Amino acid sequence: MYKQLNQKAWFLVLPVVALVAFNAIIPLMTVVNYSVQETFGDNVFVWAGVQWFEQILHSSRFHDALLRQILFTGLVLFIEVPLGLIVALAMPRKGPWVSVCLVTMALPLLIPWNVVGAMWNIFALPDIGLMGKGLNNLGLDFNYTRQPFSAWFTVVLMDIWHWTSLVVLLCYAGLVSIPNDYYQAAKIDGASAWSVFRFIQLPKLRRVLTIAILLRFMDSFMIYTEVIVLTGGGPGNSTTFLSIDLVKTALGQFDLGPAAAMSLIYFLIILLLSWLFYTLMTRNEAQ
Amino acid sequence: MAKITLDNLRHSYVQNPQRPEDWALKEMSQELKDGGAYALLGPSGCGKTTLLNLVSGLLRPTQGRILFDGKDVNEATPEQRNIAQVFQFPVIYDTMSVYDNLAFPLRNRGVPAAEVDKRVKEVGAMLDLGHMLNKRASGLTADGKQKISLGRGLVRSDVNVIMFDEPLTVIDPHLKWVLRSKLKELHHRIKRTMIYVTHDQTEALTFADQVVVMNNGEVVQVGTPVELFERPAHTFVGHFIGSPGMNVLPCSVDGGRVGFLGQPVDTAGAISLSEGNGKLELGVRPEFTRFDSSGIPVEIVKAADVGRFRIVETRHREHRIRLLVPEGQAMPSGAAHVRFDPKHTHVYRDGWLVN
Repeated sequence: MYKQLNQKAWFLVLPVVALVAFNAIIPLMTVVNYSVQETFGDNVFVWAGVQWFEQILHSSRFHDALLRQILFTGLVLFIEVPLGLIVALAMPRKGPWVSVCLVTMALPLLIPWNVVGAMWNIFALPDIGLMGKGLNNLGLDFNYTRQPFSAWFTVVLMDIWHWTSLVVLLCYAGLVSIPNDYYQAAKIDGASAWSVFRFIQLPKLRRVLTIAILLRFMDSFMIYTEVIVLTGGGPGNSTTFLSIDLVKTALGQFDLGPAAAMSLIYFLIILLLSWLFYTLMTRNEAQ
Repeated sequence: MAKITLDNLRHSYVQNPQRPEDWALKEMSQELKDGGAYALLGPSGCGKTTLLNLVSGLLRPTQGRILFDGKDVNEATPEQRNIAQVFQFPVIYDTMSVYDNLAFPLRNRGVPAAEVDKRVKEVGAMLDLGHMLNKRASGLTADGKQKISLGRGLVRSDVNVIMFDEPLTVIDPHLKWVLRSKLKELHHRIKRTMIYVTHDQTEALTFADQVVVMNNGEVVQVGTPVELFERPAHTFVGHFIGSPGMNVLPCSVDGGRVGFLGQPVDTAGAISLSEGNGKLELGVRPEFTRFDSSGIPVEIVKAADVGRFRIVETRHREHRIRLLVPEGQAMPSGAAHVRFDPKHTHVYRDGWLVN
């Protein structure tokens, strides 16, 4: 018996290769192309080397946007992950309320992102919005179109409302998959509720939490739609995150070179941080 | 350590049980002696795990009482009942070392550190875990993890009863035997009451002094392995224990004489039936059936060689009779007759042994 060579099999891979090429490789290479050239009208391109990268890396506007982005992502992760875990722990495990809770939790995830932005835009309006007017009636000076703090407060609250459910659902799935024997054994061993959480639930949720944090990190780091609808990046530049800044550069000012360089830097930051985080979270398991 | 009394115990998972099949555990009264090794044996779904969970306090009985040393423990939690349980799948605390796993139940009860250290090392040595106390528990093999589960029960010196819920299910076959002998050895050393739930007759018969056979939520027979083999109280026990199971044939009783389709059959003593009707059956194990020159005429259907003996299946009309023929003994060809050992031939009415 000898192995038969059949090169025809390659044709079967072709659709996937074409698909990946069109939706990933070609667009990415176009961006790389733009990032090293000066673009003029009539498709005239001039080699620019690493000029745009240097410009972006030294631009204080980029630094500010990056700082805002890191602050925002850190804030939502810090709130959403523990909150999601607490809600998941508090949800019922059996009975008719399970489906009610699950559907309620899934609802925010099903709403189109720009609708989320629009909802919160109206909800937080200081003159007619339920939250905005309510806060003002309580004696608080709240106006997200003028005060950076109010704008940040609204954006973070909106993100928590929109995305905590994802963490809840992931954690809930993880909790449900813990066999009942563990809880029974803990009861017999005389473990306290805290011990059960610390030594059974948390270790069993480790993988799920890794995925949840990774997803929330990537998504919040790329947030665009909800914020552009809610605040448009303002007041001033106070809620201009990286993606908003990028769109302003690329489509507002038509600086294709710097925008392309910024896209690549942006992409590399996300890639690097995700890799770093994943390696740290899974390092212990490999031991 | 404790004597466990089950007093008119009954349990149902249904809110309002009406029909007999609503009861997962039918009414029973049993006494488990202090320091005994018991096995609960029965097919899946016969109620043995329900009974175990009732004793451990993970379930509350619908009716009846459970007493430890004469004290009613119905209201007590598993922790208060002071029991230990080993589950089907090994339960360990992944993030802890083997040492911390074993120390966990003691630390939860506020035992001083010096005492904890002494007990953990003692139990570690007893279970051959001494050399890996500082390893992470999650890195162990299934049998190692199961030893940890067991160890968490053994560290507490005052445990009333240790329960095993099919503990060898996920253990490799060649290690099952090792762990089983370890359990037996441990029982001899520490003399605690142990209850072992299984559907595997080998496990039950090798571990226990007393085997409780269950079927359809009721206790069918309690006895030593020898009693279960020689005097099955119910045709179910005859079927379930032994390989192959007991031959069960229709019979008639007339004036104390037992007949099988017109053929007289000798039994240990005269059978005196009390009043009433019921399906009468004859039970005799293949081990106590042999070929003879006269007796019940049969035709041989097939023979399977299983090493030291052959399992021969024969037929008399539509009734199947199996027998064991020792290795080296000739088998009759053509027309054959079988005969039952009178001492081990029993009569059953509606499944239950007639004395």
